[in-house]
Amino acid sequence: MTSADPATDAVRTLVRDGLAHVAPGPELDTLRDTDDFRDVLELDSLDFLAFVEHLSGTAGVRIDEDDYPRLRTVASAAAFLTAAGVR
Amino acid sequence: MPSLGADMDSGTLVEWSVAPGDRVHRGDLVAAVETEKSVIDVECFEDGVVERLLVPVGTTVPVGTPLAVIAADVAAVPAVPAVPAVPAVPAAPAVPTAPAVEELPADAGVVEAVPVPAGASTYPRATPPVRQFAKRHGLDVADLPGSGHDGTVTRADVLAALAQEPPEPPEPPEAPEPPEAPGPPGPGATAPRPRITPYARRLAAERGAAIEDLQPGRDGVVRARDVPAAPPAGPPPVPSSPVAASARPARVAADGMRAAIAARMTRSLREIPQYHVDAVLELGAALDHLRERNRSAPVSERIVPAALLLHAVAQAARRVPELNGHWVEGTAVRAASVDLGVVVSLREGGLLVPTIPAADTLALPDLMRALRDVVTRARAGRLRSSDAADASITVTDLGETGGHTVHGRIFPPQVALVGLGAVVRRPWADGDLLGVRPTVTATLTGDHRATDGVVGGRFLHVIDDVLHDPEEWS
Repeated sequence: MTSADPATDAVRTLVRDGLAHVAPGPELDTLRDTDDFRDVLELDSLDFLAFVEHLSGTAGVRIDEDDYPRLRTVASAAAFLTAAGVR
Repeated sequence: MPSLGADMDSGTLVEWSVAPGDRVHRGDLVAAVETEKSVIDVECFEDGVVERLLVPVGTTVPVGTPLAVIAADVAAVPAVPAVPAVPAVPAAPAVPTAPAVEELPADAGVVEAVPVPAGASTYPRATPPVRQFAKRHGLDVADLPGSGHDGTVTRADVLAALAQEPPEPPEPPEAPEPPEAPGPPGPGATAPRPRITPYARRLAAERGAAIEDLQPGRDGVVRARDVPAAPPAGPPPVPSSPVAASARPARVAADGMRAAIAARMTRSLREIPQYHVDAVLELGAALDHLRERNRSAPVSERIVPAALLLHAVAQAARRVPELNGHWVEGTAVRAASVDLGVVVSLREGGLLVPTIPAADTLALPDLMRALRDVVTRARAGRLRSSDAADASITVTDLGETGGHTVHGRIFPPQVALVGLGAVVRRPWADGDLLGVRPTVTATLTGDHRATDGVVGGRFLHVIDDVLHDPEEWS
């Protein structure tokens, strides 16, 4: 995402809350919005699935496997949710 | 005390979640036990009513020691129709003996030994590495608020606590109390014997401190942080950072989990002549099937490739039974079912190996659920006793982000270990054509006393067959 990121802080918080659900800790506190969180937080496929499940629930958005590539960074995930109508 | 792993000799009872009088059912979680690697929730083996708890919280006992007496459910002999007679809330005193905790009648002698009233126990959730990290800094996770999921105490919580508190007293024990503490002494201060947590008691013993000399905290309980540091080894560096502070004690209190891994792997290398075979397996069609299947599924029913690979391994272990079992007193003993050990790496380092019992009988969605459950419990630091059953074969899967190939070591007394690398796209020859396909490198480490490499090769071949037979699993 560019600096013209239209996602609101609230949406980014949703994403971070989802990450905190599976990988709480100092790495998450220092994670930047543009970092690849799967790498930085060392999420395996089960962690990622739990993240998707949690985020899907809190955001009220269906997330398909085809959408997974858009969930790489906090910024890209927030943009995905925003595009899906989450505010 | 159940055996919660082949290498376990004893365990420390850290929590009772039932009290005398409670009705329990087979599979209920009744207690928590700390082993050198982990805290494990102990499941009940039978139905009945808890008559007595034999082992008080904080006690370490050898495997095989009875923990509690469970009376056959006499009251419920008329069985199911009698349900109305049973109070709906199991925690409520169901049997006359229940109030014994408070009133100390008849069998008070026994009950007295157990100072934990029902429902009082909330053993803090923290993974063993975090627990040990806290220990190394003289903190007890029991004292810390947990910010993690379900109140789990995280490494960050420990760091936060360290930032607030003065570091482990570098000064002599007679250092002045913190200024806000001089008020009325806690109830323990005037008692003949101070109350002390089991861990603090152990620390005091290790460090040669007399318990009577220790100053309890504000609540009147002596906790780990109240025990002075080990023999003052020269002037420690000024209020050191938490990381620096860990250097010295870390050597003293050897990390239990690392020690357990070291012991088991050293035994593996010393005792087992191991051979390795590898195969690169093509996953294109299998992953396509999985994707198609997941497309219409809600998130909770989606299946990750790792689960499919485990399923294939479980089937291979059933079809190549020579590799599914144990080496016992000079003989290979085949196991009756495929009890799949799954290596779970923990976020803070270290690993646990819970078992999925009878994995070969589980349909893929059930295996996926079982995998999710044990991994979640392992990472929460709370396995169950059934997760700690002896495995007949173990799988280590490096996951998507890890190395491409893993040649693991067998967990004795098992006779084989399967390694799965990361799923990577590689050039792949299909007939005379070259394409790019997702692949995984599967390895098999075998015990040469039990089998030869050809058997290991057959095993990998069966994994490949299963993966290419979606009818079998989808």
